[in-house]
Amino acid sequence: MSKVRLLVGTRKGAFILASDGKREQWDVSGPFFAGWEIYHLKGSAVDPNRLYASQSTGWHGQLIQRSDDGGKTWQPVDNKFVYDGVAGTHQWYDGTPHPWEFKRVWHLEPSLNDPDTVYAGVEDAALFRSKDAGQSWQEISGLRKHGSGPHWQPGAGGMCLHTVILDPANPGRIFIAISSAGAFRTDDGGETWRPINRGLKSAHIPDPEAEVGHCVHHIAMHPSRPDVLFMQKHWDVMRSDNAGDSWEEVSGNLPTDFGFAIDVHAHQPETIYVVPIKSDSEHYPPDGKLRVFRSRTGGNEWEALSNGLPQRDCYVNVLRDAMAVDSLDTCGIYFGTTGGQVYASSDAGDHWAPIVRDLPAVLSVEVQTLS
Amino acid sequence: MIRVLLPAHLRTLAQVSGEVKVTVEGPATQRSVLDALEASYPMLRGTIRDHVTQQRRPFLRFFACAEDLSHEPPDAPLPDAVVTEAEPFLVIAAVAGG
Repeated sequence: MSKVRLLVGTRKGAFILASDGKREQWDVSGPFFAGWEIYHLKGSAVDPNRLYASQSTGWHGQLIQRSDDGGKTWQPVDNKFVYDGVAGTHQWYDGTPHPWEFKRVWHLEPSLNDPDTVYAGVEDAALFRSKDAGQSWQEISGLRKHGSGPHWQPGAGGMCLHTVILDPANPGRIFIAISSAGAFRTDDGGETWRPINRGLKSAHIPDPEAEVGHCVHHIAMHPSRPDVLFMQKHWDVMRSDNAGDSWEEVSGNLPTDFGFAIDVHAHQPETIYVVPIKSDSEHYPPDGKLRVFRSRTGGNEWEALSNGLPQRDCYVNVLRDAMAVDSLDTCGIYFGTTGGQVYASSDAGDHWAPIVRDLPAVLSVEVQTLS
Repeated sequence: MIRVLLPAHLRTLAQVSGEVKVTVEGPATQRSVLDALEASYPMLRGTIRDHVTQQRRPFLRFFACAEDLSHEPPDAPLPDAVVTEAEPFLVIAAVAGG
């Protein structure tokens, strides 16, 4: 019988939530790495017992942990992230040059075909890769050096490379996103990169349609259609049907088109999910009602999903990596909140229930569907 | 041997309890003690000093004999009481964090 394992990163440790295919009863284990910020954990698609975790604190900096037994035991691997060559400068918040400085790993993306290869998206924005299961890291410096790097600026959360998407149909193609530089794509395994931001409009930059400078919050892709991308931008939900060459807005009837998380149904590539958030400064759901919005038409037409979610006095946020879907027949969808709840729906969003209510603030949620 | 007391997170990471002892080649200094510590416990690399600059991480301090040695040069000799094992070399995490 199939099982589901959720990997939950929080402000104060990691948790693993496990259930059978019914997704009604859950075993909670953790905290792992108690007291440390766990920005992200993710498992290998080819070896589900191989997990990687990004662990950090202000005191001791960055660690990377690896598990080879599905999270029962962990071992620290290499934590040396050194930019290739002269690091140079990017723009600071005030527009002055600021040296590139490594701060933390936001996202770990294991290879789709090699459990020993894993990508790390870091702050200050760069992409690193390990080919030896985390024992050493090398920067894929073509991204940072492609030309626009000195003009990149941090978003409020830092200048982070937070999204890494590997194209299952094209091994050389990788999509990444940076706050607040935008989205980029390589078609040659990372040697060369180009911005893919045409169609984005951002009022907070001098030229709203500039090639770079857009605060992309997250991007999602369905593996069966790797040329179709869905983006939650700082404002606006966007869609591309040509691998990011151009984008169109699909915010439609959303109550607010600001948000962080976005994901795609496991079996219906035109069914997508977002969690609208009030902004620019509040960063909680409109009207105190926690609602996921689903579009079955690839955007523009959205329906609110609220059954089982708090509909009053709810002022949490759902961060960019804190939503995920399983691949069981009735697609499960999960998200975590800054209030420490992890909600699950085993029927594609029609009904929700909390798995846990009182974790530390949730930074990330990933799902493994295990046979 | 030099007695070293690590903060709680690093004791957990290094899988040790209480103080650790390290053997230092040559004069006992901050640098030689930390070099020996990282050689014995490689998982601590980067958690006390920056990998590249070797600068002390900003939220850590080095104490010994009731003195703050954090701003002493890294190659300055440690106090005799540390060398003779009468006192430990303390790596202290700032009282900070939410």
